[in-house]
Amino acid sequence: MKFDTVIIGGGLSGLTCGIQLAEQGITCAIVSSGQSAIHFFSGSFDLLGKVEGREVTNPLESIKMLPPSHPYQRVGHHNVERLAGEVPRLLARAGLHFSGMAEKNHFVLTPMGTMKPTWLTLEDFTCFEQNGELPWKRATVLNFKGFLDFHTLFIKDGLTRYGVEVQTRDIAMKQFEAIRRNPSEMRSSNIAKVFDAGDALNQFAEKVNELTEDADVVILPAVFGLFNTTVTADLKARVKKPVVLLPALPPSTPGIRSQILLRQRFQELGGTYLLGDIVQEGEFKEGRLQNITTANHGDIKLEADHFVLASGSFYSKGIVAGPDKLYDPIFGLDIDGESDRSQWFDKQLFNDQPFMHYGVKADEHFRALLNGQPIENLYVAGSVLGGANPLKEGSGAGICMVTALHVAEQILQ
Amino acid sequence: MKKQQNKPFNISDNNFEQCVKCTVCTVYCPVVQVNPDYPGPKQAGPDGERLRLKDPNFFDEEALKLCLNCKRCEVACPSGVKIGDVIQAARIKYSRKRPKLRDSIMANTDLVGTVASAFAPIVNTTVALKPVRQIMDKVLKIDHHRIFPKYSGEKFETWYRKHAAAQQQGFSKYVSYFHGCYVNYNFPQLGKDLVKIMNAAGYGVDLLEKEKCCGVALISNGLIKQATKQARQNVRALRKSILQNGAPVVSTSSTCTFTIRDEYPHLLGVKNDDVRDQTELATRFLFRLIDSGELKLVFKKDYTTRVAYHTPCHMEKLGWSIYSTSLLRMIPGLKLVQLESQCCGIAGTYGFKKENYETAQGVGQPLFTQIENTDVDYIVTDCETCKWQIEMSTSGKVKNPISILAEALDVEATQKLWQK
Repeated sequence: MKFDTVIIGGGLSGLTCGIQLAEQGITCAIVSSGQSAIHFFSGSFDLLGKVEGREVTNPLESIKMLPPSHPYQRVGHHNVERLAGEVPRLLARAGLHFSGMAEKNHFVLTPMGTMKPTWLTLEDFTCFEQNGELPWKRATVLNFKGFLDFHTLFIKDGLTRYGVEVQTRDIAMKQFEAIRRNPSEMRSSNIAKVFDAGDALNQFAEKVNELTEDADVVILPAVFGLFNTTVTADLKARVKKPVVLLPALPPSTPGIRSQILLRQRFQELGGTYLLGDIVQEGEFKEGRLQNITTANHGDIKLEADHFVLASGSFYSKGIVAGPDKLYDPIFGLDIDGESDRSQWFDKQLFNDQPFMHYGVKADEHFRALLNGQPIENLYVAGSVLGGANPLKEGSGAGICMVTALHVAEQILQ
Repeated sequence: MKKQQNKPFNISDNNFEQCVKCTVCTVYCPVVQVNPDYPGPKQAGPDGERLRLKDPNFFDEEALKLCLNCKRCEVACPSGVKIGDVIQAARIKYSRKRPKLRDSIMANTDLVGTVASAFAPIVNTTVALKPVRQIMDKVLKIDHHRIFPKYSGEKFETWYRKHAAAQQQGFSKYVSYFHGCYVNYNFPQLGKDLVKIMNAAGYGVDLLEKEKCCGVALISNGLIKQATKQARQNVRALRKSILQNGAPVVSTSSTCTFTIRDEYPHLLGVKNDDVRDQTELATRFLFRLIDSGELKLVFKKDYTTRVAYHTPCHMEKLGWSIYSTSLLRMIPGLKLVQLESQCCGIAGTYGFKKENYETAQGVGQPLFTQIENTDVDYIVTDCETCKWQIEMSTSGKVKNPISILAEALDVEATQKLWQK
């Protein structure tokens, strides 16, 4: 089977790269081993939140302070600025509308009732200019009775510290009784499906209005609009007080919606999305990757002019840590990381863990290295690149999307 | 021993230890959202398996049999856990109940098919009668809404022997056709279409020696001994065709193909490594020939149609819908709409059972809505039970991609290309 470009990995990085290429008329296939980490989406994408433990105000300026091996430095400061500007436009074309900009972080409220700096926030959620200044005196946090994935007391504790007086209430409705019968399945996605189906929203909004007459703001879990993209806007229109949604435990409703919309955009542009398939190996010839073999397609190999490895980090098995070595399970590419296991981690859990920085080695054009030599047509994008600690920096989504767009530009050249 | 050398310790065949509790599978389970009595794939699968391994009394027959075995949880799982297999294997391992009479009747497609075909006009008329359907509903708990697929007076095998076998002489290459019960007893036309296409492509078509039902309905209804016996018989027949005669095996049913390739080794423990790769769907077989430049199909100039492709669950699991849709896209006069991949709800015999009727229709509703909102001449799909469900529940008419290809193919022009 022949494509112009085959992308290994169907998460944020693979989809961003695929959409960008497909928009330019490139015939792409994405191979994804299952559903992606977009299902854990909190509602915001971070570009850079912290450098050396200090909160970042202007990510584009602070990028200059990162070590030269960091993916942003390797993409180049000017390129990051340009590509980061392109990201919200690409998302908007997929039907996902974000606010925020790369020159200045804004703040969002977390499910712990604290605030954190971020780059782009999905329209469902609320952005704040400053850290710690909330425009309300009294807030009511509402939860669905029996829903265990939204922790109202954490939110109350957090908001109280900002000087907000908080009430917590539960809502029970007969439309949710069926899913409540099964406590392990009382999840955000199943609540969202009830609203998607239609008639629950009106009655829910009425109940919210009754319970929040004396509040300045209503805080709810983000369980609105899974397959139906208009539910969140409908809810906000029907509730009299301002509505602030906070992420619930995954799988995330806005995350699933984002994954679906990005995948649909890619497919509408003519892309082929192969879900639930695993890339097993590749065939190399004279420094080029000729084709890849997958579990589902067997002897019918996927051939392409270019390949992109966007297979994620340890969690997605983009790289694997065995008892005594780190390896890329598909091609056995060179790994940028310590070979001595004792150097992989710091015994202090909250320190910057070395293993978080490990990834597949790539040259200055983001081409993967095999035995020290670049593979001419195999590019590396997203968190499999390594060179950063997304957890410490607040940079995961930014690295995924900026390197994906950068790699797409290398291919288009 | 080899497994222990290459894999981490304590990894089972269905990989259930790899579950990281991310719960992504539950989002894509079609049952959990319409029937709250089903605990969901995570709870019924890897979570429940931990408990069952400690104490088999944790096995909950009534809950686990609500699983459709659609495998959409497995397609969604980012950790490679065979969730559907975990659930089905638990039913096989722990169930002590004997299957009901109804379930045995529905599962024995070969026996019922043989009898019903012999009396096709009577059977077709009788089971279509409302009072009869009401009685079957009351006595056998087969839902009265269900319309049974019509039985054909002449079995495909009989037609083949009478009208096709002689013409299969003289080809230089052969395939064996696993026709399955549906083609044999209900819809021989699909088998005739397959023979037409393969002959046009330069392949003679053989039948397998003593083909048995693939056994998917036996497995889902708990008749495991019989399923295993039939699986062994079929694998013997596959070996004879593939290893002795050099004829790969093709099928026109995604579920038969999936069962033979994957359920035999995973659920029944019937090994098929030596023949699995050469047992596949006819659309994949044809795609490979065309993709490698060995075959060119010529289509009629005046053929036009608009179709929408529906991906059956087992096709989603195989990852093979791209072969069927790629072939359809090669037809110049055909306009293809790809439907969003969703379960139709019938899951073989599941949807026929009275207790599952509501769940089945609830599961299928989003797909039915998609179909009603799509303006096409035909829905195209690789699964016969999806066809029954869609034709019963929507205004759409359903065809197999092989039948569409057979309609559109210019047989003489295609043959000329390889005959010269």
